Amino acid sequence: MVTGRSWFRCCTAFALAAMLAFGAQAQTRIFRWSNDGDPTTMDPQARSDGFVTSFDMNMYEPLVRRDRNLKLEPALATEWSLISPTTWRFTLRHGVRFHDGSPFTADDVVFSFQRALATGSDVAALLSSVKDVQKVDDYTVDLITEGPSPILPNYLVGVAMMSKKWCEAHDATRAAPHEDKENYATRHEDGTGPFILKDRQPAVRTVLVKNPDWWGLKDWPIDFDEVVFTRIANPATRAAALLSGELDMVYNVPLQDVARIASTPGMKIWQTPELRTIFLGMDQSRPELLESSVKGKNPFKDKRVRQAFYQAIDEDAIKVKVMQGFARPTALMVGPGINGFDPALDTRFPYDPAAAKKLLADAGYPNGFEVGFDCPNDRYVNDAAICQAVVAMLARIGVKADLLAQTKAKYFGKINAPAYDTSFFMLGWTPTPLDALNMLSELASTRSGDAREGVYNNGGYSNPALDQLIKQIEVELDSKRRNALIGKALSIVKNDFAYIPLHQQIVVWASRDNIDLAQLGNNDFQWRYVKLK
Amino acid sequence: MLIFLARRLFQAVLVMLAVAFIAFALFNYVGDPIDSMVGQDTSLADRQQLRQELGLNDSFVVQFARFVGHAARGEFGLSYQQQRPVAQIILERMPATLELSFVSAALALALGVPMGIYTGLHRGSWLSQGLLGLSLVGVSLPTFLIGILLILVFSVDLKWLPSFGRGSVVHFGWWTSGLVTRDGWRAIIMPSVTLALFQMTLIMRLVRAEMIEVLRTDYIKFARARGLSNRAINFGHALKNTLVPVITVAGLQLGSIIAFAIITETVFQWPGMGLMFIQAVSSVDIPVMAAYLMLVGFFFVIINLVVDLLYHVIDPRLRIDREQVGIG
Repeated sequence: MVTGRSWFRCCTAFALAAMLAFGAQAQTRIFRWSNDGDPTTMDPQARSDGFVTSFDMNMYEPLVRRDRNLKLEPALATEWSLISPTTWRFTLRHGVRFHDGSPFTADDVVFSFQRALATGSDVAALLSSVKDVQKVDDYTVDLITEGPSPILPNYLVGVAMMSKKWCEAHDATRAAPHEDKENYATRHEDGTGPFILKDRQPAVRTVLVKNPDWWGLKDWPIDFDEVVFTRIANPATRAAALLSGELDMVYNVPLQDVARIASTPGMKIWQTPELRTIFLGMDQSRPELLESSVKGKNPFKDKRVRQAFYQAIDEDAIKVKVMQGFARPTALMVGPGINGFDPALDTRFPYDPAAAKKLLADAGYPNGFEVGFDCPNDRYVNDAAICQAVVAMLARIGVKADLLAQTKAKYFGKINAPAYDTSFFMLGWTPTPLDALNMLSELASTRSGDAREGVYNNGGYSNPALDQLIKQIEVELDSKRRNALIGKALSIVKNDFAYIPLHQQIVVWASRDNIDLAQLGNNDFQWRYVKLK
Repeated sequence: MLIFLARRLFQAVLVMLAVAFIAFALFNYVGDPIDSMVGQDTSLADRQQLRQELGLNDSFVVQFARFVGHAARGEFGLSYQQQRPVAQIILERMPATLELSFVSAALALALGVPMGIYTGLHRGSWLSQGLLGLSLVGVSLPTFLIGILLILVFSVDLKWLPSFGRGSVVHFGWWTSGLVTRDGWRAIIMPSVTLALFQMTLIMRLVRAEMIEVLRTDYIKFARARGLSNRAINFGHALKNTLVPVITVAGLQLGSIIAFAIITETVFQWPGMGLMFIQAVSSVDIPVMAAYLMLVGFFFVIINLVVDLLYHVIDPRLRIDREQVGIG
C-alpha cells in the first residue's frame, strides 16, 4: 500500500517532470473543454441545434447576437431599426474581414440570407417571416417581412453570415450535401468570428486558434491562443478528466457529480437557471383518449381533471428529491430571461392532494382512472426519475399512470407531430427567440391544418379567445402594449390548466477555479468571455 | 482445399446477407432519425421532405434491397449526423479499434498462456491459487467498472495516465497509429488492460484445464516412462496438444474483442469504431450502424476462416479427415 506521503512525492516528481517536458511550449496557452455532444457540422446553417449553433458561432457571427446577460447586442450589424412595419434596416460594421482575408459587405449578407432560406438549410425556420433581402448600399441591407415582425432580430441571432466568394469557390452555396458528396463547409469554415478552425476530427477533437485580426479584440481581449474541444460522452469520464487536470472546463455536469467536484480544491461549479421549461401535457382534443381506462369520453376535456392532476403533483418534492435542488419551480410556461415573463403571475397553484381528489370526484372520477404516460429517459435532466415521482404522486389521488419512459429518438416520434400519439406526456421547451410569443404560438395556439400554428401543441389545447390574443401579439409593434398582451395570454394558459408547468432546470457547468466565463441560460457558450487568468 | 475455400466463401456471403437483414429489421425499432437531424423550429413539411430524400418512406423491402445493392459496390452512403461518407468515417476510426484490440489480444495471450501453464503444472501452489482467485475477479467485474476504477486511481488520484482519448497519433497514409508515440502508449495502457482482463482470465483457465486434461493421457505417461525431460514433456508434447481449442477460442475472442471494444471505448472515449457505433445508435444514424454491423460480421467471417485454416496447420488428423471427405 502506498502511503499518503509517498503519493505526494510521486505527484510532485511527476509535476516537476511535466513542467520540464512542457516548459518549452509554455507560450501557447490552451483552453481545453468538453461536452457530451459534438458539433456535428461546421456549417452554421446546416443545423439549427442549440449546441451546434453555439459552437459554430465562435467561428462565424450573426448580424445581431446576445451578450452575457442575454441582451441583444450589435455583432456584424452596428444598428438596426424598423423603417416601415414590414422592413427592418441593418447597418453593417465596417472593416470586418473573413478568415481568408476577404472583406465583409452587403453582398455577403444578401448571399447568406439566400443560402439560409434555400433548401438544405435548417435555419430557414428562423426566417419564416422573411420575404425578401435587399442590398441598399455596400453597408446597408433591408429585410422585408410578410407582415409586421417585431421580434425578427431575436431570430437573426441564429443566422450566421458567410462569405459569398468562399462558398462559391468551394461549391458550398447550399447547406447540404448534394449527390452524396460532402458539403465543403461541413469540415471547413470561413467566418468573421474570434476563432479560426485549425483541426477538425468529427466526434473526436476539434482545435481552433484565436483570430488575431478579429474586429472585437479591443472589447473582448482573448488571453489564450488555442481552444481544444474534445467530445466525452461518458459523464463519469468527463468529470474524471476535469478532476485529473486534463480539462479546464466541462458541461453538462451530471447532478450526482456536483458535490464531488465542488468539494475538490481548485474546482468550481457554475450554475444558472435554464431558459427551458419542463412541463406535462394532456390530450384535450380527441373524443376518447388513446391510452386510458375511460371509454367513450376524454377526461382531460374537463378542466377540473387537469387541475386535479396539477394539484396532485408536489413540485417542491420533485425539486428537492429528484433534482437535488437544481430546479426552479415555475407556474408559467416561460421562465425568467424570456421576454414576457411576469414574476407577478409566477405563483403556482398549491400542492393539495385532498382538493385534487375532490376535483376528480366532482368531475365524475371518484376512484380515479388509468392513463398512459409518455416520458423521455435521455433528454432532460433526470427526466425518467421525475416521471416516476409523478406516477407515485398521482397514485395518491387514485390515478394509475402507466409510464412509458424511452429514448428520445423513439419518444419524440411518438408524441410529436404528426402522430401526437399520446394521452399524457412530458416535454421541455425553450422559445428560440427568447420571447413568450414563440411558446404561445407553438404550444398554445389551436393546431392549424397547414401546420403553421400549434405544431408542438401535442395535447391539442384550444381556446379561441387566446388565439385572437396571439394574433394581436404577432403584429403589435409597441413593446409595452405587446408585453401587456403577452401577460394576458400567459394568464389564460395558466388558468385554463392547458399544461402543468413543473420547473426550469438549473444549468450546471464546472471548471478550474482560476477560469472566468459567461454562463448563459440557453446553454450558449461564447469563448470570447473566457479568461484563463 | 480449393473446394473448401469456395464453400466457405459462399457461406460467408450468406452470413453477411443474414447480418444485413437482421440489422435492417432492427432499425425499425431504434426510432426516428429526423428528430436528431433538425432543430425544433424546422417545419413539418421540411421534415417530411428530408424523410423522403433519405428514402425512409420506402418499404422495408425496398430499403433493404437498396442497401444491399449499394453495399455490394462498397457504398454505404452519407452519415445522417456527420453528412459525409460512412466509409470515410469508418476508415478514420478503424485504426484506433484495431490497435486497441491487437494490443489487448497480445496482452491476453502473453500473460494468459504462461499463467495457464503454470497453474496447470503447479496446481497446489499458493501462487496458482492466488492467480485463480484473481481471475475470478477478472471475469465477474463488469468492464465499465474496471475502467472507471482505473481512471480514478491512475488519472484522478495519481495523475499518471490520461483518462480519455488516444494521445498523439502519427499518420501513415490513411492509417493513424498511436503506437509510435510515448503519448499514445500512455493512452493505450488502461483501455487495453481493461479490455484484455476478461480474455486473459478466459485463456488462462482454458489452458489450465487443457493442460490438466492432457497430462493425464497415456502418451504423456508413456513419455515420462521413457524418461523424457519434464521440459520436453510439458512444452513439446502437452502444450502443443492443448493448442487446438486455445487457438479456436483465442481467434473467436479476437472477434469479440473488436466487437465488444464498444464499452471500453465508451469509458475511455477511445475514438474507435465502437464509440462511433454507440454514438450512431443514440442519434439513429442508420447508415453508420448498418456499415458497422456489416463490418463486424465480415471480421467474424474472416477470423473463422483463418482459424479453420490454422487447424490444418496444427492438427494433422484434420487434414486426413478433410481429404477423405473430399474423396467421398
